[in-house]
Amino acid sequence: MNFITIFQYGFIQRAIITGIFVALLCSTLGLFLVLRRLSLIGDGLAHISFGGVALGLFLGVFPIYTAIPIVIIGALIILALMDKIKIYGDAAIGVISSVGIAGGVILAGISNGFNVDLLSYLFGNILAISTGEMYLSIVLSVVVLLAISFFYYDLFSITFNEEYARVAGVRVKVINVMLVVLTAITVVLSIRVVGIMLISAFIILPSVTALQIAKGFKSAIIVSTITSVIAVILGIIVSFILNIPTGAMIVVVNFIFLLFAIGYKKIASR
Amino acid sequence: MDDIIKVSGLSFKYDSIDVLKNISFNLKVGDYVGLVGYNGSGKSTLIKVILGLLKPYSGNIILFGKPQEKFNLWNKIGYMPQNISLLNPVFPATVEEVISLGLLSAKKFPKIITNADKKIIDGALDYLGIADLKKQLIGNLSGGQQQKIFLARALITKPELLILDEPSNALDSTSREQFYMILDELNKKNKTSIILITHDVGQIGKYASKLMYLEQSILFYGSFLDFCNSDKMSKLFGTDSQHIICHQHD
Repeated sequence: MNFITIFQYGFIQRAIITGIFVALLCSTLGLFLVLRRLSLIGDGLAHISFGGVALGLFLGVFPIYTAIPIVIIGALIILALMDKIKIYGDAAIGVISSVGIAGGVILAGISNGFNVDLLSYLFGNILAISTGEMYLSIVLSVVVLLAISFFYYDLFSITFNEEYARVAGVRVKVINVMLVVLTAITVVLSIRVVGIMLISAFIILPSVTALQIAKGFKSAIIVSTITSVIAVILGIIVSFILNIPTGAMIVVVNFIFLLFAIGYKKIASR
Repeated sequence: MDDIIKVSGLSFKYDSIDVLKNISFNLKVGDYVGLVGYNGSGKSTLIKVILGLLKPYSGNIILFGKPQEKFNLWNKIGYMPQNISLLNPVFPATVEEVISLGLLSAKKFPKIITNADKKIIDGALDYLGIADLKKQLIGNLSGGQQQKIFLARALITKPELLILDEPSNALDSTSREQFYMILDELNKKNKTSIILITHDVGQIGKYASKLMYLEQSILFYGSFLDFCNSDKMSKLFGTDSQHIICHQHD
């Protein structure tokens, strides 16, 4: 097979374009989440999205349309549990994500068991993304990335020290709500790319890679986004050539980048 | 307006435990207050309640003439929190990026750090003699260097009120002396009001115009001279200890 011909396929073009936007989103937001020790919120919200997707399939509605509001509500409840009820972040994520999974399983049971559609959301299928899904991903990605750039210093300040951010006049509660809502949208957009099971890897791995070699906060965002985008492109190409699942391959490439970054850090610190 | 802070009848409880009881005091322009007291006496809590980080159980706080809950002129206040030791050592922020956070209080949406801001940051780094640290990662610095970075961040907007929570903990004796000299200069030249929490009563007595001794409630608030002549403080510290503290001031 000619290497260049791979890019002539419409489904590969859609996969790469969608994958790049989702990678930009996950890697940028991921850095804020990892540094705030909220890495697993992506995993938790992905589990909630399982319930949202199941509801969409049950009602015969495009699952993303049901998943987005349900995941946003779930994210806000997690925040409220942490803020108002003073439950630890990981416990709050655990509580809501398990309810999301339970809801999905019940709906799947009522509709006579799991079907192929639900499984495709569990493991993702970036090569099957439609043109409509691609445009939706681009629009929502641009919205989320613009929000991050407009509130960059507020997000940076809260991530560095929430108490100090408040005294610097940052509206911490508003920014925290915005962060979890943006994360919720990102998670739902990522479902079709990597699947519910692997979303947290998309959020965590590029950020952890960046933390090994970054020389500053902006530098960390740049390293995180570059490695994430390259991992998506390489993952799609390799998975297509070797005929293996794409989402999993992207995660493997991201993991290899992390190993290189750890090795580089070890050598550089000698 | 002469009063920068006006606190009246302030109380605070953690669950049902009294931490602050019936606190009332005024802080005037140019006051330099050393806030002292034993561990757990409520010093940091008092500061956090004044800054709105904790909600009071009862009482009123007026900041720069505005009720605390409506206060939004945060560029007038420079704050250096106590928990520098809680800094995540792998946080990927340069010294320049950390100090830039001090400028946020003076900015409106969308907040952007301009080239002019970068010059202000350079000026603050030069003033504190740490210009060579500008591109260093904050987590790679010593505790003393980090303290100076956080002081630079607190000073960057030229605040009218500086609140410093045990700022000299990680400093060696030379750096500590230099640190106090900088605060003294700010207080005398710029009329910057200062509240400084410390355990070092003797050292702060050399610079502060007032001492506040806190033990849930205010046991003493007045000049260092009055502190040295206070019978109440003699009973609290013992006459000999009070003499030693006051002798350091001579």
